[in-house]
Amino acid sequence: MKQEFTLSIYSENHVGLLNQITTIFTRRHINIESLTTSESAIPGVHKFTIVVFTSRDQINKLLGQIERRIDVLKAFVFTAEEVIHQEIALYKVKTEALLNSNEIEKLVRQYGARILEVTSEYTVIEKTGHKDETQELFDKLNRFGVSQFVRSGRIAVTKLNQELLSNYLVKLENDLSILD
Amino acid sequence: METKTQPETKEANPMKKQRMNGSEAVIQSLLHEGVDLIFGYPGGAIMPVYDALYHYQEKLRHVLVRHEQGAVHAAQGFARVTGKVGVCVVTSGPGATNAVTGIADAMIDSTPMVVISGQVASPLLGTDAFQETDVVGITQPITKWNYQVKRAEEIPEAIAKAFYIARTGRPGPVVLDITKDAQFGMLDFEYNKQVKIRSYKPTFPIKKDSIAEAVRLINLSKKPLALVGQGVILGGAEDELKTFLEKTGIPAAWTLLGLSALPSDHPLNVGMLGMHGNYGPNVKTNESDLIIAIGMRFDDRVTGNVQKYATNAKVIHLEIDKAEINKIIYADVPVVGDVKQSLPMITEMVSETNHDEWVKEFRACDKIEDQKIITPELYPAKEGLTMGEVVRRVTEAYDNDAIMVTDVGQQQMIASRYFKFKNTRSVVTSGGLGTMGFGLPAALGAQLGMPERPVCLFVGDGGIQMTIQELGTIYQTKAPVKIILLNNNYLGMVRQWQELFFDRRYASTLLENPDFQTICKGYYVESSIVHKREELDDAVKKMVEHDGPYLLEVRVEKEGNVFPMVPTGASVSEIRLE
Ligand SMILES: Cc1ncc(C[n+]2csc(CCOP(=O)(O)OP(=O)(O)O)c2C)c(N)n1
Ligand SMILES: [Mg+2]
Repeated sequence: MKQEFTLSIYSENHVGLLNQITTIFTRRHINIESLTTSESAIPGVHKFTIVVFTSRDQINKLLGQIERRIDVLKAFVFTAEEVIHQEIALYKVKTEALLNSNEIEKLVRQYGARILEVTSEYTVIEKTGHKDETQELFDKLNRFGVSQFVRSGRIAVTKLNQELLSNYLVKLENDLSILD
Repeated sequence: METKTQPETKEANPMKKQRMNGSEAVIQSLLHEGVDLIFGYPGGAIMPVYDALYHYQEKLRHVLVRHEQGAVHAAQGFARVTGKVGVCVVTSGPGATNAVTGIADAMIDSTPMVVISGQVASPLLGTDAFQETDVVGITQPITKWNYQVKRAEEIPEAIAKAFYIARTGRPGPVVLDITKDAQFGMLDFEYNKQVKIRSYKPTFPIKKDSIAEAVRLINLSKKPLALVGQGVILGGAEDELKTFLEKTGIPAAWTLLGLSALPSDHPLNVGMLGMHGNYGPNVKTNESDLIIAIGMRFDDRVTGNVQKYATNAKVIHLEIDKAEINKIIYADVPVVGDVKQSLPMITEMVSETNHDEWVKEFRACDKIEDQKIITPELYPAKEGLTMGEVVRRVTEAYDNDAIMVTDVGQQQMIASRYFKFKNTRSVVTSGGLGTMGFGLPAALGAQLGMPERPVCLFVGDGGIQMTIQELGTIYQTKAPVKIILLNNNYLGMVRQWQELFFDRRYASTLLENPDFQTICKGYYVESSIVHKREELDDAVKKMVEHDGPYLLEVRVEKEGNVFPMVPTGASVSEIRLE
């Protein structure tokens, strides 16, 4: 059975790692739904957040192959319920449409979105939330015409109070067995 | 890595740092890794390294091949028989792309190797400069690790890391792409062999509970079968394997790359697994109640149809590479780690037993296979020479103790089935990639790695022509490899499939071959040709006695087939005897 998974992959900050990781998915024809990379809370450690739809069995195989890459420190897999996650979306509408009725303003309030910029021609609205929420707002705004729309990749943190990797790194430092 | 000039800042290391350029640092680093033999081909972007090599000819021998693919395969042959890291040096652009096939081969067959490629000067990177290719990009999916070195100061650390990664854990090839300016640049050389890479864990401590569970299953099992893979050889665990088998009496079958880990005549050796393997181990896989996979990865040539594989068995999987666990076959008990450590832990706890009745079932299968396949192959009643009888003559001429190298095709399968072994690390063959053209340069590398042991190459008339120019390297090095060219005038293995599965439509498999004897003459390599059975013994004798490289061409039956065979998509128990 296919389901949605969020992967948190920690790596050294080297050029070419993004490619190393994405080819593991593309080789198996698994579509990456979203991908975000950033620094983690640990200095020098990079973090990839990747969302895919696949089976549990498949995700475990992928995880093994990702961790096998020399510069990858560790990869974790979560279901949506196991992490706190967000995406950000930007919507561009005609300012005229905003002024014509109070419908758009009502949507902005109702969805907890905010207006980023207003010019005489266009207005940019921002909303953070889960994908279904930002999508719902898009569908509603689009009745008034959305001229540009963009949604970021997912970002996620775990419900634990530290980076999962921190413990692992400490363990690594004390573990001499990795020296041959 | 930023190195400081003042030696007093590093009081722990009394060694004085030496000022030198990047190229010399490459050579010095290789010497620190104990390298004394490298294979390669020069060109513009690697010329500074060659210039440095010139000054170190006594300490570091360079073998000039005739094509970069040959350099890589030779390094593979060297690595496979010695257990050391094979090293090759190539230039940028076409030099590096010519090496790609060999790198992919080493990757899939877990061969430790370091390939150093020259690269255009760093300011030119990304500008489509002369002989620039994105070597790091191209080789990324076919290396265990790769890295572009752009500054001379990085060289010692990059090389130390490369060797460490190549040889530890599950071994594999590493590519270091060194820009020309890094080769010219100056540095204060200091070499620290020991590296620690926090993101890389080559092996894992063995979990005690998995050992206990494995032992429990082994003690309960009525029909256990051990599958021996190359992991046993890579881990140097041949003795540990033997002790385990002998205490438990468990029959052991081998994968193509696990061949020679266990002597051929060991009473518990029940033969080869997979597509052209032996009848017994294939059929019995599905009767076994416990599969103990040791350092192997359930390649599809071994498993046949995975849905119908080992259907009655629980599976214990001893494997150093975590990513192999559950990749193809679900492991009831995974034992992650080096088999050299895990096997003795199991042996110590397991009950002493035997499985004589079960082993007898394999021997009964052998009888069937003997009668239907082996006897007609080794003692043919027909006029035409078979590949099998040639292989048998050669292995016996060396008292079953030579190194066997093969190319790819029918001759590879026949050689693997009929060559016999007494010692480990005696097989060099392209397993996972099945690279035609592998054999000739790999045999050269194997011979240079093991000058005291005889090396016999079995190669087809198709495959030899893919790297035939390495006869030049063999001549130049005088490496005394014995080349047995099994000439059937066909791309035999493909022709066999056409015969069996494409209604005998022999599309583009018939070869109009050159006169191989004349070619040998051109390369000053001694040779002879055999057409008839009566000539074979003398010809083999002459080859064995010849002091130097030799090519023995045998005209074998054109349409001989390799059997048994598990057809694609079929279960291993549906193995065909005809
Ligand atoms: C580089 C490469 N190209 C194509 C193949 C496909 N292939 C596998 S076996 C074979 C025929 C080999 O013919 P030959 O070398 O004469 O050996 P034989 O099977 O006749 O012993 C071919 C074409 C391959 N394995 N490698
Ligand atoms: Mg042939």
